[in-house]
Amino acid sequence: MNVMKGRLFHILVPVISVLLGLLIGGIIMLVSNYDPIQAYSALIGGIFGNGYNIGETIRAASPLILSGLAVAFAFRTGLFNIGVEGQLLVGWLASVYVGIHFDLPKIIHLPLAVIAGALAGALWGVLPGILKARFKVHEVITTIMMNYIALYVTNAIIRAYMLAPGERTKDIKESASLASPWLQQMTDFSRLHYGILVALIGALFMWFVLWKTTTGYELRAVGFNQHASQYAGISVSKNIILAMAISGAFAGAAGTMEGLGTYQYMTINNAFTGVGFDGIAVSLLGANGSIGIIVAALLFGGLKIGALTMQSTAGVPTELIGIVIALIIFFVASSYLIRWLTNRFTKGGKI
Amino acid sequence: MEYVIEMRNIRKEFPGIVANDNVTLQVRKGKIHALLGENGAGKSTLMNILFGLYQPEEGEIRVKGQKISITDPNVANRLGIGMVHQHFMLVENFTVTENIILGKEITTAGRVDLKKAAKEVKALSDRYGLRVDPNAKIENISVGMQQRVEILKTLYRGAEILIFDEPTAVLTPQEIHELMEIMKKLVAEGKSIILITHKLKEIMEACDRCTVIRRGRGIGTVDVAETNPDKLAAMMVGREVNFKVDKEEADPKQAVLQIKDLVVEDSRKVPVVDGLNLEIKAGEILGIAGVDGNGQTELLEAITGLRKATSGTIQLNGNEITNLKPRKVTESGVGHIPQDRHKHGLVLDFSIGTNMVLQTYYQQPFSKNKILKFSAIFDKANKLIKEFDVRTPSEHTLARALSGGNQQKAIIAREVDRSPDFLIAAQPTRGLDVGAIEFIHSKLIQERDKGKAVLLLSFELDEVMNVSDRIAVIYEGKIVAVVDPKQTTEQELGLLMAGGKKQKAGELQ
Ligand SMILES: Nc1ncnc2c1ncn2[C@@H]1O[C@H](COP(=O)(O)OP(=O)(O)OP(=O)(O)O)[C@@H](O)[C@H]1O
Ligand SMILES: [Mg+2]
Repeated sequence: MNVMKGRLFHILVPVISVLLGLLIGGIIMLVSNYDPIQAYSALIGGIFGNGYNIGETIRAASPLILSGLAVAFAFRTGLFNIGVEGQLLVGWLASVYVGIHFDLPKIIHLPLAVIAGALAGALWGVLPGILKARFKVHEVITTIMMNYIALYVTNAIIRAYMLAPGERTKDIKESASLASPWLQQMTDFSRLHYGILVALIGALFMWFVLWKTTTGYELRAVGFNQHASQYAGISVSKNIILAMAISGAFAGAAGTMEGLGTYQYMTINNAFTGVGFDGIAVSLLGANGSIGIIVAALLFGGLKIGALTMQSTAGVPTELIGIVIALIIFFVASSYLIRWLTNRFTKGGKI
Repeated sequence: MEYVIEMRNIRKEFPGIVANDNVTLQVRKGKIHALLGENGAGKSTLMNILFGLYQPEEGEIRVKGQKISITDPNVANRLGIGMVHQHFMLVENFTVTENIILGKEITTAGRVDLKKAAKEVKALSDRYGLRVDPNAKIENISVGMQQRVEILKTLYRGAEILIFDEPTAVLTPQEIHELMEIMKKLVAEGKSIILITHKLKEIMEACDRCTVIRRGRGIGTVDVAETNPDKLAAMMVGREVNFKVDKEEADPKQAVLQIKDLVVEDSRKVPVVDGLNLEIKAGEILGIAGVDGNGQTELLEAITGLRKATSGTIQLNGNEITNLKPRKVTESGVGHIPQDRHKHGLVLDFSIGTNMVLQTYYQQPFSKNKILKFSAIFDKANKLIKEFDVRTPSEHTLARALSGGNQQKAIIAREVDRSPDFLIAAQPTRGLDVGAIEFIHSKLIQERDKGKAVLLLSFELDEVMNVSDRIAVIYEGKIVAVVDPKQTTEQELGLLMAGGKKQKAGELQ
């Protein structure tokens, strides 16, 4: 396959996958006696129809961008960070803690709260990183276990030290809030907040670090070939730990989107938020690239927000959008199949 | 004359390069047919087309007279075409039998019948004199035996036509000899073989006919009986090739590397380097001769910091470098052309340009304040690509897409260019064509003449004898003799390598 075809293919896979996902989703609607045309027009209206919906879509996309970046960053360095969910939870809690308990001018308080969240996430990522680098414990196992530890520990801390009426913490101070009356006004009073800027800066940061710096060179080298990295004098264990720290920091920052932006507090979660796991899907659909991840996160955010309108006006349950998302992921993951099909197609299908 | 394989006017393009341009190859049944050409000439590409891995843009393929389009390796398998690749494709922690039957398992009542399979593998291996243990794990057997497993894999699938892509590049002389015998046995049984090799000696010894490709174009096919190595080399490179290494008498100066009582353990804690003493001087090339597995690999790994030495000392220019980190060793003036280019030498998924700064990316001018300076990196890469004649469409091409020999040239370019005080060249010409070998040897000698110390490790006695100024023979982790190449013979070296007692003739010191 030549370069042009290769590039085109990279973009084609996600696009075809999305179309196929929507198509089969439509067929499932037909079979279940819903009108897919009505459903999809409601869905599109629910994403773009008015300022409020657009605002909500972008709001929902913000943490997805960051959790997608977290997964992608680790993946680029040869690691599978399945622990984004847990890193997100501790990031959320840390940012809310700083938001509640510090009294500072906004220009210091807000960045401090965001950084606290990112640092907490980084710490949660570093532990599996150290276990991997020092004792060769596979990060998939440890990050999954760290998810559960994060869920129960954050709940216990809220219950023990930060509980306010309603099974949650108090609200954070205004000086630590990402909320923006201006953005809200612009979008018919959606919950859109400045977090989207944090997410976009994160995307830029990932691109810059990975492709423009010596640190990125080392991280990617270790991801591709540990033996050659060692030969070149690049420390494999240091870079594994660093990669998990940066990945965890992205995830922690995703948590601050919820804590400082959307909710302004943290609830006791009786289950995972799912945002961290969605990051895996976002990064897969976005082909682990900054721009791809932004687009994929907007798509998933849109589908989730649009699904609400679809349910209320077309009567189609939101679960169907869950199915559509699952189908899209399925098709991206089986891009091999699509590659095979297109090859067949262009070669005239002869044996 | 009936051909088992006929590839006519094949054309294959890759971005920026025509890998095969109007190449024709006709193979007769029951013969060994050699495919010869410089690095990057397009030999592997042509064979990958025959095996169904690539599709040609033009040309036709006939198998046993029948025109056919080989769309994927399964089709090739069905047509009785098997391929032993340049880099093996075995599952490390599977047994020999499991690897061989993979994808074509024998089942009894729906379950894999390993006992029966092992028996069949054994029978097949005995029939062709392949001598493999069906129950051994791949990770525990030698490279030579792994290759015989690959051969069995193709035979097990009923291959009638076997493609060998540079099978001898990774083998020791003894193993090469065995492989030649196996190939002769295979053709005697009616199989046909296509053999890619850069070693003219092997073509002269084992092959019937030879097709030559130069820069993607078919140059012609000759009967081996009617040609000689000089003619073949000239046909392939397009000029006369000098097989003798031209060099002045060495002028050795002070000792650059001094190794004292070095002990290094392998991963099973066996001391494979066992009290080794060695000294290499500025302005000389010291060759290490030895049968593979006598501690050579571990010795080099210990010098370069990739493996911990248990005891003993290594000094470079009088400074202790024992057990320093690889980067510190590199910075103190050691260059290393590694034995295994895919494992250590390159990050295959980086561009060839970025691979050129693998040890220097963090220094000026390739980066400043941790920001990479790509213009400087690619300028450097371009310079090296030109100087060392690395054949690649551009400096942005992934290292993976270069031909094996050109990957090797890129590594050598990078290491020689840094002009370290002490250069380790481990099998530097493995997989290179005769023209490139000539060039690399002259580069090593040039470094020597600049007053650098060069350590040459090679399993080819020819190379050790021709290039080195002194030869150290390694046996069971010790240097058992140091001889003068001008006063020794291959026989004598062979004896020393096998642990024979010291001889008088070529003995130094
Ligand atoms: N997958 C690929 N993508 C792009 N270019 C390729 C690819 N495979 C081979 N090439 C190019 O095609 C040319 C021929 O390569 P090939 O591997 O066939 O050479 P070769 O004759 O086997 O050389 P060697 O003796 O070094 O193994 C080279 O210039 C190489 O860079
Ligand atoms: Mg090749």
